[in-house]
Amino acid sequence: MSADSINKIPGKKLLELLYWMMLTRRIDDRCEALFKQGRFPGGIFSQEGHEAISVGSAILLEEGDAIAPMHRDLGAYLVRGMSPGRIFAQAMGRQGSPSGGRDVNTHGLGDLSLRIFGYVSHLPQSMGIALGAAYSFLYRKEDRVALTYFGDGASSEGGCHEALNLAAVLKAPVVFILENNQYAYSTPIEKQCLVENLSIRAEGYGIPGVTIDGTDVIAVMEATREAIGRARAGDGPTLIECKNLRLKGHAAHDPADYIPPGLLKRWKKRDPISLFRERLENSGILDGNKLAELQGRIEAEIEEGVEWAEASPWPEAATLEKDVFSDA
Amino acid sequence: MPELSYLESINQALHQEMERDENVFILGEDVGEFGGAFKATAGLYEKFGSRRVLDTPMCEWAFIGLANGAAMMGLKPVVEIQFADFISTGFDPIVQYAATTHYRWGAKVPLVIRAPWGGGACAGPFHSQCKEAWFAHCPGLKVVIPSTPHDAKGLLISAIRDPNPVIFFEPKYLYRREKMEVPLETYSTPIGEAAVRREGSDLSIITYGAMVLEAVEAAETLSVENISCEVIDLRTLVPLDKKAVLDSVRKTSRALIVHEAVKTGGFGAEIAAIISEEAFDVLDAPPARLTAPDTPVPYSPPLEKAFRPDAGKIAARARQLAAY
Repeated sequence: MSADSINKIPGKKLLELLYWMMLTRRIDDRCEALFKQGRFPGGIFSQEGHEAISVGSAILLEEGDAIAPMHRDLGAYLVRGMSPGRIFAQAMGRQGSPSGGRDVNTHGLGDLSLRIFGYVSHLPQSMGIALGAAYSFLYRKEDRVALTYFGDGASSEGGCHEALNLAAVLKAPVVFILENNQYAYSTPIEKQCLVENLSIRAEGYGIPGVTIDGTDVIAVMEATREAIGRARAGDGPTLIECKNLRLKGHAAHDPADYIPPGLLKRWKKRDPISLFRERLENSGILDGNKLAELQGRIEAEIEEGVEWAEASPWPEAATLEKDVFSDA
Repeated sequence: MPELSYLESINQALHQEMERDENVFILGEDVGEFGGAFKATAGLYEKFGSRRVLDTPMCEWAFIGLANGAAMMGLKPVVEIQFADFISTGFDPIVQYAATTHYRWGAKVPLVIRAPWGGGACAGPFHSQCKEAWFAHCPGLKVVIPSTPHDAKGLLISAIRDPNPVIFFEPKYLYRREKMEVPLETYSTPIGEAAVRREGSDLSIITYGAMVLEAVEAAETLSVENISCEVIDLRTLVPLDKKAVLDSVRKTSRALIVHEAVKTGGFGAEIAAIISEEAFDVLDAPPARLTAPDTPVPYSPPLEKAFRPDAGKIAARARQLAAY
């Protein structure tokens, strides 16, 4: 990482990026702790190692743009306006969460007023959803863009091919972010595909594809900015492959002992938050006081969020059969 | 009043709803310039253009996913699946996403999935299937199967105006078979209401889709033999008009459930269970099912004829039931 590329970005914006990434990490840690304390059932999908991808991309969206994130994109939910309290409430199964206790952790963490689409476990289902939002922008001639995410695991699903091809044919204003964290649950990338870079598949659809370092939040931002520009200009979709490593297990129950220790060690040195923090420190943008201020603010927001969630009532069993259909 | 075929009725409903509401658009394979495999969308591309009549590549998964996303953004997609059999290639976006979303986080997914459905055309195993039970088993989906040109128009209009995902199966056996008077103006036929196609007192034939026609023919045959059959056309499986079924059975005390779909796990089992649970006290005979056997749909005429229920088979089974 050269210091040059960050000089073009205002210091305030850079600190904002760091804030969102640190907030993501701390919510993740707190959820894991609460889960392990038995404060809620379900499960928690670790965000560790993915923070630069979700934050560096979602930060570029404007009001009215749409986003269809997946389970490693907690940062994107936060950046787009989902409050920590609602996120904790969702994990805890409380009424105040976006799903009112009907869906678990980041699943179904949708809010149309924020133009965040809740996902289903059947990844990469959200690619079709984002494509539909993008088609609505074309349909209404709106200068908007849709952003969506999927993993290396989901890139082997047939739907991934269908969505990329259909988006290409329609020249839809959608950006596809492939988070290649090298593992589909326990299955390593070399058992999933034979290509070095999954982004080369873009060529088969006649759209641009690029592979970038998913641990570098600025690289994610730059690639996403270019892709969004292309989408808004009417030039159609882009596939951005962000390479990283999932630094923990698939979910909180998974010790991930199938990841070779050497590989994990190498990538832990590339923790996206530590890397970015150092970079800001070296550039004189961040110092000990500013960092302490950020940490204090984050801890306070998390405490407030957990309190809010725990104060949110349990859903009433009598509401079980409500809302299967919409009445109006 | 003009006489329209089932297919013409569908086409007219699409024209009128697209004129009424700028948000309604059609998508699917060959639906645009070509007008659809059965010409259900004929003339729409010329009138509304490629933005509102969208030809897609062969990718049900992606274009139903697109429809889900567009629906949540306030558009009203009407998806055509070229043959109902092909719907399995787009299963997840329907049964996992569209069906569950309103319940899970409150977003409405108002889309219609139209599909030419059922057999009787010697179209073989992959152009003849009746898979309504798959969808009736997924809370959050409405399942509509009209049996007349009049209902086809009124129910399609209702489906398009409904705020929920609606699976709309069109018995292609009926597409060009019979014409009937269909009002030129728009009207909606309520989803969730069965119709009594023929009143009777000895037994109830409960059916839907192309079998309604066969059941009415069977009832006419049996009336000569002094067996009075009531024919209930369910019209929609979800939501089900349980009251119409139970009212009829309470009147006749005998129920024959008929469908073109295969027997095991078919929707007829659900009807039989409801009758057994809620009207056991009035029954003079066990609820009977007449369905296709548990095989894929065969192609050759003698095989398909043996596979598919028809007026003759319905009359024969009804005679047994009346004599029970």
